Amino acid sequence: MLLIPCPWCGPRPENEFHYGGEAGIVRPVDPAAVDDAAWAAYLYHRTNPKGLHRERWRHQFGCGRFFNATRDTVTDQITGTAKP
Amino acid sequence: MTQPFRLDDGGRIDRAAVVHFRFDGRAYTGHPGDTLASALLANGVHLVGRSFKYHRPRGVLSAGSEEPNALVTVDRGGGRIAPNLRATQVELYDGLNATSQNRFPSLRWDFGAAAGWFGPLLSAGFYYKTFLWPPSFWALFYEPAIRAAAGLGRAPVVADPDCYTQQYTHCEVLIVGAGPAGIAAALAAASTGARVMICDEQTELGGSLLSETTATIDGKPAATWLAESLDSLRGRVTLLPRTTAFGWYPDNMIGLVERLTDHLPTPEADQPRERLWLVRARQVILATGAIERPLVFPNNDRPGTLLADAARSYATRWAVAPGRAVAIATNDDSAYRAAIDLQRAKVEIVAILDQRRRPGPIADIARAAGLIVRAGARVEGSVGRKRIAALRVANGQGTIDCDALLMSGGWTPTVHLFSQSRGKLRFDPVLGVYLPDVSPARVRCAGACSGVFDLTGCLDSGYAAGEASVPRTFVLDGVAALGASLPPEAAPAHPLAFVDFQNDVTTNDLSVAAQEGFGAIEHLKRYTTTGMATDQGKTSNLNALATVAGLTGRALPEVGLTTFRPPYTPVTFGTLAGPARGALFEPIRHAPMHDWAVAQGAVFEDVGTWKRARYFPQPGETMREAVSRECLAVRNACGILDASTLGKIEVVGPDAAAFLDRIYAVNVGSLPVGRCRYGLLLGEDGFVRDDGVIARLAADRFHVTTTTGGAAWVLHHLEDYLQTEFPELRVWLTSTTEHWATIALQGPHSRSILEALTDDANLREMPHMSVCEARVAGIPARIFRVSFTGEAGFEIAVPAGQARLVWDALIATGTPTPYGTEAMHVLRAEKGFFIVGQETDGTVIPDDLGFGRVGRGKRDFVGKRSLQRPDMLRPDRRQLVGLLTEDPADVPEEGAQVVLDGVGIGHVTSAYFSATLGRSIALALLAGGRARIGEGASIPAKDGSVAVRIVAPVFHDPDGQRLDSHITRLARRPAVLPDPAPRATTRLIVRAPASALGAIGLALGVLLGTVANRAVRARERAALWLGPDEWLVMGDFQLDERVIGLAHGASLVDVSDRFETIELADADAAWRLNGFCALDLAPHTFPVGMCTRTLFGKAEIVLWRTGMTVFRIEVGRSFAGYVRACLAGADRGFGQDTGGN
Ligand SMILES: [Zn+2]
Repeated sequence: MLLIPCPWCGPRPENEFHYGGEAGIVRPVDPAAVDDAAWAAYLYHRTNPKGLHRERWRHQFGCGRFFNATRDTVTDQITGTAKP
Repeated sequence: MTQPFRLDDGGRIDRAAVVHFRFDGRAYTGHPGDTLASALLANGVHLVGRSFKYHRPRGVLSAGSEEPNALVTVDRGGGRIAPNLRATQVELYDGLNATSQNRFPSLRWDFGAAAGWFGPLLSAGFYYKTFLWPPSFWALFYEPAIRAAAGLGRAPVVADPDCYTQQYTHCEVLIVGAGPAGIAAALAAASTGARVMICDEQTELGGSLLSETTATIDGKPAATWLAESLDSLRGRVTLLPRTTAFGWYPDNMIGLVERLTDHLPTPEADQPRERLWLVRARQVILATGAIERPLVFPNNDRPGTLLADAARSYATRWAVAPGRAVAIATNDDSAYRAAIDLQRAKVEIVAILDQRRRPGPIADIARAAGLIVRAGARVEGSVGRKRIAALRVANGQGTIDCDALLMSGGWTPTVHLFSQSRGKLRFDPVLGVYLPDVSPARVRCAGACSGVFDLTGCLDSGYAAGEASVPRTFVLDGVAALGASLPPEAAPAHPLAFVDFQNDVTTNDLSVAAQEGFGAIEHLKRYTTTGMATDQGKTSNLNALATVAGLTGRALPEVGLTTFRPPYTPVTFGTLAGPARGALFEPIRHAPMHDWAVAQGAVFEDVGTWKRARYFPQPGETMREAVSRECLAVRNACGILDASTLGKIEVVGPDAAAFLDRIYAVNVGSLPVGRCRYGLLLGEDGFVRDDGVIARLAADRFHVTTTTGGAAWVLHHLEDYLQTEFPELRVWLTSTTEHWATIALQGPHSRSILEALTDDANLREMPHMSVCEARVAGIPARIFRVSFTGEAGFEIAVPAGQARLVWDALIATGTPTPYGTEAMHVLRAEKGFFIVGQETDGTVIPDDLGFGRVGRGKRDFVGKRSLQRPDMLRPDRRQLVGLLTEDPADVPEEGAQVVLDGVGIGHVTSAYFSATLGRSIALALLAGGRARIGEGASIPAKDGSVAVRIVAPVFHDPDGQRLDSHITRLARRPAVLPDPAPRATTRLIVRAPASALGAIGLALGVLLGTVANRAVRARERAALWLGPDEWLVMGDFQLDERVIGLAHGASLVDVSDRFETIELADADAAWRLNGFCALDLAPHTFPVGMCTRTLFGKAEIVLWRTGMTVFRIEVGRSFAGYVRACLAGADRGFGQDTGGN
């Protein structure tokens, strides 16, 4: 069980958290103005890197906040978390 | 004479007491302190098992958990059967009943071995090769034969009657292994005042010190030093004997299994058999020791052949002679230590054969003690049947008669856990073994597992790893200086030279595999099965690597290493499941009217984790009769349903309407106060995820319902968008699912019945899809004029704690018929209303369900853009339609395929018998379904196929006229209305921006603190920080929270009935909580005044420490039973009973 440092609550066990996918995927301001390919990319295309990955977590059974974390997908080590 | 091989003195056994046990039905005796293996050896029993494939007779090889041969089944009666236990670890107790495995009909006369025909069948890769033979041959002959003959123990056939427990715990230092290095580490770490735990898989802590008879430490015999050291640790350090560290998990979480009762003749009832410890350790010290390797030569597996140091332990620790004439074969100095100790114990050593031409100085010590040492001599075979009788020395150097052969091929450091920590191993060319190198985890290695084999080195490295504040040295005497052993060597191919005893893998098998091209060790392992099964190759892996290296002409490290995976030794399923069985497997949630439904004889069904009343059969009624009666009651009079499981979210704030507009596929901004709208909730991908009714209570306040199963997800989804996409909106969300009970009153009589219980609402003025706040039976309620049945009806939300009073009053009017979820389903299907998760499966868009207008407006909302993607516009998408079977009595199966011209065009999503229509009805998702209305199709069924006609999905009242069809009927107002008890505690969820905290705190009379996870108390009131904009405020309030919220642009929501309070106030409170809660509850990490939302087992709770030994739990009312049951199990099952030894 990972120990995830919540920016508000400090290190907490993984079972309190909910994974939220890759960070930095911004919803287009005007989706109607976005073409199909760009919309599909927004919906489905992710970087899936080997190595450092910026991703969202929510401290669901804790303070309830979403925050961003950097996790190494090779070692599972979370190297940093930050308030959004 | 009993126990003929028991030595006259010595050992850590209690000779004064005799223990009776049975092995394969025969009675034997031993002493307390014995293992099953030591007791059998004391009785001269070496033949203890048959090998896996060839049914070779096998004896005890080792004295520890690495044992590959002596696997037994222990039957404690009453279904308590444990197979594949290592006799070397089974503690002897009076009445122990063990049997050998993998033999037929008996251990001594085994059919498989006598027939001798398994050998050619079961060569390297036999699993794979046999599958190439004709399948008929395989099924008829080989598989039954092999399955009958080969295998390990049998799994028990009845449910495990034992109970198991688990414990989360935290410490600064966890030491794995309590040999000299581990004990020294514990002494050092304990001196710092840190929380220290030390575990060892053996019965007694001490490791190799338990077999040490000559060494002195600090002037004391090793055993005395050990006892004194443990005495000094007791009380300061958690000592865990019989506890195996089996797995390393991320961020220094180590899984331990503690065996609590297997060593007891009669465990107390309800005493857990095993405890799973989930230890979060800041620092782990591995002092896991090393495992001696066998030598590989033909017939190296005859009973009577033991590892040398194991035999030393049997003699010194258990006072058992391995034989009367003992030969020793070695390439390592440590075997001399065994020889000398055995000789001191008056066991005859016939010869020491040392493969090395120039043995170390210890050979001279042995010679001086009168032992015969033959340097440069190697064993090339053994003679005997069920016990070794002689060994053959290579190069024609004759035979030596013996009844036991002790072998030592050097030592393999136990690096399993280090490797599991993602630690890198390095190959040490001198020792010829892998040693710990670096790990990203906080781990240190000490003693033999780090390649330090001498006692002085073990103590020193252990003490250093424990990081004492004061340095210390240990003064040793009486310890033989051991030289380095030879690296493992490649043994020549021979069909009876065993590398892996448990899987019967020989050097011949490895050679065949190598010739067939299996050079990579991971392939070779799977092809030959070397290193697999219950021992995972603890004694065999390095010998296999060396042999493969020799066969393929490579250096050993070039061969590679297979991955070390948990568990280190087998772990029972019971331990992994822990208390999560039966009623504690997951929370069983009961709706507020559950007890009433039980009393009425309701039949229940599982909906998510809820138990919901499915129907209420009257005496003699079948399910269809009951459901039909309930449906007709709703259609013709009035039905009453406990709909409390529906999710509810209070959405509050100046921007609440704007937010809901962006989330739901319905216009909320234009919704007047007092009205409701039905809304679909889409994912951003356009697919329908949930639905519900949005009711506007005030300009800034909405009561939003969700599906029963979707409640938690919808709240999460809304928070996601609110926090990450629309953070500028001033709106807050509060779950009120558990605060409000919901009673559905449906049918033409519903208004009359409700009128009898309300004075302050004008129900006649309420149009369909409206809401008002009024008292029902004297209880403040929210009355919704909504319908999921197609009839005129109401849903009444009342605080859950008072819901039963309202329900009883409604029932007391004498008219509503209780109905269950099955009738609810039939009624909605008659109207063509879909259910999320039944008609939808995550690939259905609004248009598929007939909501074609959704998304046509200008307003953007989540999922709208996706509805314009090309796939969403295809005319052949699956669309919701109705189906009518040709035979009205036929009810198709849900999920059945619908076929047209031999091609599947979709499936049935719902099907019922409709009493209203007097026939069956079905809903289906069919490709281009709406265009097919009026056509025929068929449903393949078990006997022939069923013809159906495709129709519109609304079967009943397509114009919706019945929604306003009220029948006035005099309903009885109960003579006495309930007298609700005044609320003891008011609970509010306050969600507010920082700028409003001061003013709101003033209004509430308690400060909303901004320190994370801390509570602020003011007399009888408290404000618990739950999140940076969320507080749970509790106290004796009598105030209008909505006025305060409106005044300060914040959200205050009454959730008084959402929670129940459970208080734990005793010295064991933290320990009991940690049975299910993974937080560190030590006073310095979870001080008085700390509060947090967290998980307790599978229930969300708010945990608040109000005193050193007092914790308060606020738990959702439907989870309270689960939490109480868990705590009760914790009370019954175990107390804090560790720290002893
Ligand atoms: Zn948090």
